[in-house]
Amino acid sequence: MNWIFAFLILGGIFAAAWNGKMDSITPAALEAAKTAIERAINLMGVVGFWLGIAKVAEESGLINSISRFIAPLFRWLFPSIPKGHPAMGSILMNLSANMLGFGNAATPFGLKAMKELQTLNPNPDTATEAMCTFLAINTSSVTLIPATIIALRAAAGSQNPSEVLGAILFATTCSTLVAVVADYAFRLFYRKIERR
Amino acid sequence: MAEQISVSSWIIPLVIVAVFLHGLIKNVRVFEVFTQGAQEGLLLAIKLVPYLLGIYVAVSIFRESGAVDLIVKALNPVIRLLEIPADALFLSIVRTLSGPAALSMMVEIFDTYGPDSFMGRLASTLMGSTDTTFYVIAIYFGSIGIKKTRYSVPAGIMADFASLLASVYIVKRLFE
Repeated sequence: MNWIFAFLILGGIFAAAWNGKMDSITPAALEAAKTAIERAINLMGVVGFWLGIAKVAEESGLINSISRFIAPLFRWLFPSIPKGHPAMGSILMNLSANMLGFGNAATPFGLKAMKELQTLNPNPDTATEAMCTFLAINTSSVTLIPATIIALRAAAGSQNPSEVLGAILFATTCSTLVAVVADYAFRLFYRKIERR
Repeated sequence: MAEQISVSSWIIPLVIVAVFLHGLIKNVRVFEVFTQGAQEGLLLAIKLVPYLLGIYVAVSIFRESGAVDLIVKALNPVIRLLEIPADALFLSIVRTLSGPAALSMMVEIFDTYGPDSFMGRLASTLMGSTDTTFYVIAIYFGSIGIKKTRYSVPAGIMADFASLLASVYIVKRLFE
């Protein structure tokens, strides 16, 4: 992450020098800082609300019964998470929110899942295998109902806004498969080099 | 289409109803438990603020500088070989960094080429099948203080590249 952060900032500033766009860099950076705080305040409301709802579902045992249903698939994907651990429920909620195209609702559950995965982590500053798998699946984005995209297509005057559903399903399935396979391959590879 | 939107506007309220009903049936003190969860959520969100700040500033500098154009230019031979339109590559790079920026780019593509053109469909498919990889990795790991992200970045990039290739392939196949 340090490298990516440094690359974005340094690369950006060097590129601005190259492209002669230095004038717009400082205002853009300050504007973005402002936006970040506005987003953060927004996020507090959304995260607070959804985790409140999730807590109710957790206490009532609803999440538990749903995760028991999906457990076999999850145990295969996340072999390092013990049976019945709360992380499973949060991962499940995050992926379902993602699938239905509710970006805003997905983030709180994702953050909660990470927090719970962290309780299983022997080295708190290093990502665990379960975290990497979770992020790989999450960022490859399994979308079933891309509501925002369809709405924007309709707004732009498309004759048939939902005609891309099949294509999206195909592409998202491909990328999730690649994510799962890449994650698996990297996991084996990293185990080998880290043991040395 | 109208059906699509109304389905999704019903799902969330129905989920909330189901959760509260189930809670009441199981004798959960729903309000107290809700506030506990909300408190956890707020603390989590506060911890996120510095990470959001860092990511937003870095991404905006990177975007504003035109660095993405330089990358697209540098990758030009690869693009030609795989027959990926430059705009699509540009969109998928922006997509890994910022959701709102990518969405506004998609709208821009709709305006320029039309939503039912090859580029319009490709942009829709790309947006639907990828996520803001760098942003998600930074925020999710940041929230729990992970510094060594191991292989999650290369795995995420591979998945994004796969969805770029898959999108180009399937849109050509289905609509051309």
